[in-house]
Amino acid sequence: MDGVPTPLRCFNEYHSAEMLVDDGVETVTSVEQKKVERSIKEVVNVYKQMHSLPQPTLLREQHYQYLKKGLRHLSDAYECLDASRPWLCFWILHSLELLEEPIPAAVASDVCQFLSRCQSPTGGFSGGPGQHAHLAPTYAAVNALCIIGTEESYNIIDRKKLLDFLLSVKQPNGSFVMHVGGEVDVRSAYCAASVATLTNILTPKLFEDTATWILSCQNWEGGLSGVPGLEAHGGYTFCGTAALVILGKEHMLDLKALLRWVVSRQMRFEGGFQGRSNKLVDGCYSFWQAGLLPLLHRALFKEGESELSRQRWMFEQQALQEYILLCCQNPGGGAGG
Amino acid sequence: MSGAEDLSNKSVELKEDKQFDVEAEDNLEDDYFDPTRYLFYRDRKEWADLEPVPQDDGPNPVVKIAYSEKFSDVFDYFRALLKNDERSDRAFALTAEAIELNAANYTVWHYRRVLLQALTKDLREEMRYITAIIEEQPKNYQVWHHRRMVVEWLKDPSEELEFIADILSQDAKNYHAWQHRQWVIQEYKLWDSELEFVETLLEEDVRNNSAWNQRHFVISHTTGFSEPALVEREIQYCLTQIKKAPHNESAWNYLKGMLQDQGLSSVPGLLERVLRLKETHCSPYLLAFLFDCYEDALENSSQEENKSDEELKETLEKALEICHLLAHEKDTIRKEYWLFLGRSLKNKQGADEPAPGQQERS
Repeated sequence: MDGVPTPLRCFNEYHSAEMLVDDGVETVTSVEQKKVERSIKEVVNVYKQMHSLPQPTLLREQHYQYLKKGLRHLSDAYECLDASRPWLCFWILHSLELLEEPIPAAVASDVCQFLSRCQSPTGGFSGGPGQHAHLAPTYAAVNALCIIGTEESYNIIDRKKLLDFLLSVKQPNGSFVMHVGGEVDVRSAYCAASVATLTNILTPKLFEDTATWILSCQNWEGGLSGVPGLEAHGGYTFCGTAALVILGKEHMLDLKALLRWVVSRQMRFEGGFQGRSNKLVDGCYSFWQAGLLPLLHRALFKEGESELSRQRWMFEQQALQEYILLCCQNPGGGAGG
Repeated sequence: MSGAEDLSNKSVELKEDKQFDVEAEDNLEDDYFDPTRYLFYRDRKEWADLEPVPQDDGPNPVVKIAYSEKFSDVFDYFRALLKNDERSDRAFALTAEAIELNAANYTVWHYRRVLLQALTKDLREEMRYITAIIEEQPKNYQVWHHRRMVVEWLKDPSEELEFIADILSQDAKNYHAWQHRQWVIQEYKLWDSELEFVETLLEEDVRNNSAWNQRHFVISHTTGFSEPALVEREIQYCLTQIKKAPHNESAWNYLKGMLQDQGLSSVPGLLERVLRLKETHCSPYLLAFLFDCYEDALENSSQEENKSDEELKETLEKALEICHLLAHEKDTIRKEYWLFLGRSLKNKQGADEPAPGQQERS
């Protein structure tokens, strides 16, 4: 930035024209959408009044303090995540890494020791010490350990047992259950593909028929559902697409249809993304949905697409940025929807 | 769908049972015993034989949650039961308490299922239990999976459609509810009234994308979309809904989604019907649909022998015009995408004459 602030898209005089047109037909969907739009408009107006030189910034220091504290202590509000503690490690470490904040060696070591207590004797990682292994905390733990990236952290992972665990949750039709005796959905394929490649334990039979199963999750909308037949959804679409990218099979998707679906998920007024058609914007979809665009960009390029921009991804980057900075930041650090 | 969704509300929520967190010593003075007062497991006589197992977080814990005393107490005893693989009624009762404290603890749910079978518990009663839990916490994976297991064990789906309908009446887009519904319908072949159910939901909220998806689900698994009379019925249904609410993306997506395999340009008269709507019921979705029609016509022109070069060039121009209109005026949030589509189409279909204003190659 050369000291000349970029004019904010949400301050533009035509921005309000992007608000929902309900055609005079009020339904739960339109009522809820209008509520969100009104609250966003309010946030933007407050910001306009408070700042003479509008330049929304990432509150790095506040987020750093919030993350640093959370890595050690969390309030009882987090009891509902007591079966997801490796996730807490991953989300915090990943955020710190993105903020380019160093993790002190002692803290890193403590995380390693904790995650080691989350590792199941039968392989994989669980939501907390003494719990059963589950693909989601397995993904979180392995990725958290990779972020730490020390000899100690890599040595925590029992690769042989991890493979045993993955094979134990593999289904004949190519899908995976999330845990023994648990449910199937496309998240499991992504979790499995991610940890298998990171730890280099891929075998031909591990992902036999998995790509085919994931493909069956692409539906009439162009996006992917959790299991075949359901509505296309941002979280599941990311998991399915990313899993296919890891497996080298992303070209088997109808990339054009997927591209159309995901770009249509960006909200014209809010700037952020919704998870499904006709639902509300949420900060988390800044990752699940917007994160698809770089994946699709590369996939299309590999398929010989010559007209891809070399400057931008195929979503409105400025709009998303403004949404996140103005609407999702908590001044006390951390972020919401 | 993550557990983190509700966190912003959690700190404001009052803990209902704080009033019960009374020290045991307080009531030892009198002979009076209040049976409704909550007693920690560590103070219950019937549990004295079991040594609680504290959580092994290690010497320097990370992401340490400040559990309430009740939470710690219950899970200390849960860990003890798990360690001994105790299969008893008191263990079964404790799983319910653990579930109430954290319904996302899939280890507890697994254990409860082990106990249900080991103790040959009444599964009808378990259905009543899981019904109540789901009503309280309908956005949790484990509760729905548990219900599915019980239904499977009972081989009885007879309550499912009504139950799910009730959950959907509170949140018509609950993904877990729809997942369970699709499973029940497919597993037990309960297709008969589902289209009717879908239409009811769409009458309530024509923008309910989950209901549109269910419509597609039912039709593709029953009659299919190949019969022309059915396709025409569905087209008419879509256009009727579009006329009522032109800015409803779901209806447009359904129309396209249903026809894209056969090709939009293969449906006789469709383009014309949509063009007629353009004057009075225009929307970015209508324009995008027109683009898709033109693009499909161009891609499949090799099969279409009665398309002259002139016609094709005209179609390409119309398509590029729409891209430009969408990118710069009607759907600017998707500018980068529409510009890409325009470049891509031009590159594929007509490299000779660039249409006006198309040189946005970056």
